[in-house]
Amino acid sequence: MKNPYLPYPVRIDEIITETEDRNLKTFKFVFVNPEDEEKFSYTPGQFAELSVAGKGEIPIGIASSPTEKGFVKFTVNKVGLVTSHLHNMKEGDVMGIRGPMGNWYPWEEMEGRNVVIIGGGFAFTTLRSGIVYMLHPDNRPKFKDIIVVYGARNPGMLLYKDELAEWEKRDDMEMHITVDGTDDPDWKYNVGFVPAITEEKITSADDAVAIVCGPPIVIKLMQPVLEKLKFPPERIILSLEKCMKCGIGICGRCNLGEQYVCKDGPVFSMAQLKELPPE
Amino acid sequence: MSNKMFSKEEWGTALEGLRDSCRIFVPVKDGDFHSFVPFENGTVPDFDLKNSRLSPKSVVYPQSERMFEYNLDPDDPEANVLKEAPKEYLPQAIVGIRPCDAHAFQIVKLNFDNPEYSDPYWVRRFESTVLVGLGCNEPCSTCFCTSVGGGPFSEKGLDALLFDLGERVLAKGLTEKGDEFLENAEVGKEADESILKEAEGLGSSASDKITTDIPTDRLKEKVVNELFGASFWEDVAFACLNCGTCTYLCPTCWCFDIQDEVMGKQGDRIRNWDSCMFPLFTLEGSGHNPRSNKFQRVRQRFMHKLKYYVDKYDNGVQCSGCGRCVRYCPVNIDIRQVAELMNEYETESA
Repeated sequence: MKNPYLPYPVRIDEIITETEDRNLKTFKFVFVNPEDEEKFSYTPGQFAELSVAGKGEIPIGIASSPTEKGFVKFTVNKVGLVTSHLHNMKEGDVMGIRGPMGNWYPWEEMEGRNVVIIGGGFAFTTLRSGIVYMLHPDNRPKFKDIIVVYGARNPGMLLYKDELAEWEKRDDMEMHITVDGTDDPDWKYNVGFVPAITEEKITSADDAVAIVCGPPIVIKLMQPVLEKLKFPPERIILSLEKCMKCGIGICGRCNLGEQYVCKDGPVFSMAQLKELPPE
Repeated sequence: MSNKMFSKEEWGTALEGLRDSCRIFVPVKDGDFHSFVPFENGTVPDFDLKNSRLSPKSVVYPQSERMFEYNLDPDDPEANVLKEAPKEYLPQAIVGIRPCDAHAFQIVKLNFDNPEYSDPYWVRRFESTVLVGLGCNEPCSTCFCTSVGGGPFSEKGLDALLFDLGERVLAKGLTEKGDEFLENAEVGKEADESILKEAEGLGSSASDKITTDIPTDRLKEKVVNELFGASFWEDVAFACLNCGTCTYLCPTCWCFDIQDEVMGKQGDRIRNWDSCMFPLFTLEGSGHNPRSNKFQRVRQRFMHKLKYYVDKYDNGVQCSGCGRCVRYCPVNIDIRQVAELMNEYETESA
């Protein structure tokens, strides 16, 4: 019988410090057993349990895209026991990942439509996965306009700065980078909160799906903006977080009503969430 | 299916002999209460019980279980790689399990063995376990199995059922597993008509003794968010101490935690029973806790058992009516009253 609790062993291939406060690092993992990479076949929006022997496991969104082969990437905020330990680990160290878990962004439904991606803070990780996936030459023709609004507290807190700069230059997508504030006189992008910038830059919800990831305050403030733009609740897509352990809908802690965020989520539409207890 | 009858003395001898065929768990008296323990030399089984204080769920689902082991020695080429903890799933039997507790395994099976994922530890141990029930001649005042799809002599989820007929014991095989178990009994005779008739009478008179009737018929039709927002939750939770006794004793509570424990360079990944009564159950790394208030945790327990489970599986409520949470709650919170509140609930605005 297959044991869904057993992680695949992985080796840390590269660690990138993403933000100036050094609290966010991206870990690039390579599977110790190459055949495991195929078993770990994922879709953007899914997550995995990062497993550190002696410390435990944490559920983290997958930041790489399945179009990137040979590795998987996760961006981890230093918060508790496991993440603090992880931040002190070195390239070459062996640990585990278990997954992929949960559902994904509704790619089929988004095909042939405009895609609006809205991210606040370090919740941008699975959105990065989705953007890289859509921009892949095999996939780009499947989507109409791709518009990204991404904001952080200040320029130093933005993730994936090199890629943001690249995306900014592309003519097949629209980027709106913003910061809450900055004292950098050369800052050439927007200044303002994500909901305000969205309201300013997005003009229409016609034939568009919006994916929103961010801290609770961003999600809360985005709602009236998207409603005003006339996004129907079925086309507002959110990714949720909860305290999780098993990741497969068995251990019982991450429920929203009868749904488990780990297995039935983490991706829900606003329409689905309205039917579930507001926890 | 085979039916065997024994004198009380023969039954004792038979049980002794059955220990050779598998590991047997039996109820024993332990102070004022009963508990299920392995039948070893010197163990004195006592079938004269109402029910054990703890449900025998731990025989299939231990309170604490090693899942994996690992080595943290940097010189070991396999360091930090998790390995399955060695386990044996030897045949075992719970003899004297009450029908409600056997029914409970059927209720939790939908969680541990679902179409997408099987929990290998639970499933393999459940499959290697024979459930030999003991019908309840004298149900307790807190029993309400008949309201939730069971009964004092319900065969649901059992492999065999025992009838205590005073001087004699009737053992009814209900599944192949149960028959096989009973065949290993060296004493006893094929049951005759008269004892079968007697057993039938015993069953129906026991059912009549359960007078509590808990309505659950309208739970399914209720709107989940209306029940969730009902005004009675603060009242229901008022006296609750969040001690977790209800979830610990409950045969249908299945939630668990996973933790790592390290001694020197050796480590284990362990899973432990957990409880939705504890604030840590849902505390997130950021410090946010979706159930930071007591009433939210109490609401979760009842909503899970009486609404979420009902909606998710269409298999009735997540409760087998054993009444332990009612008997042992230090502040007398009563799931029977809460079920009634929920079942009768009409939106306040309506």
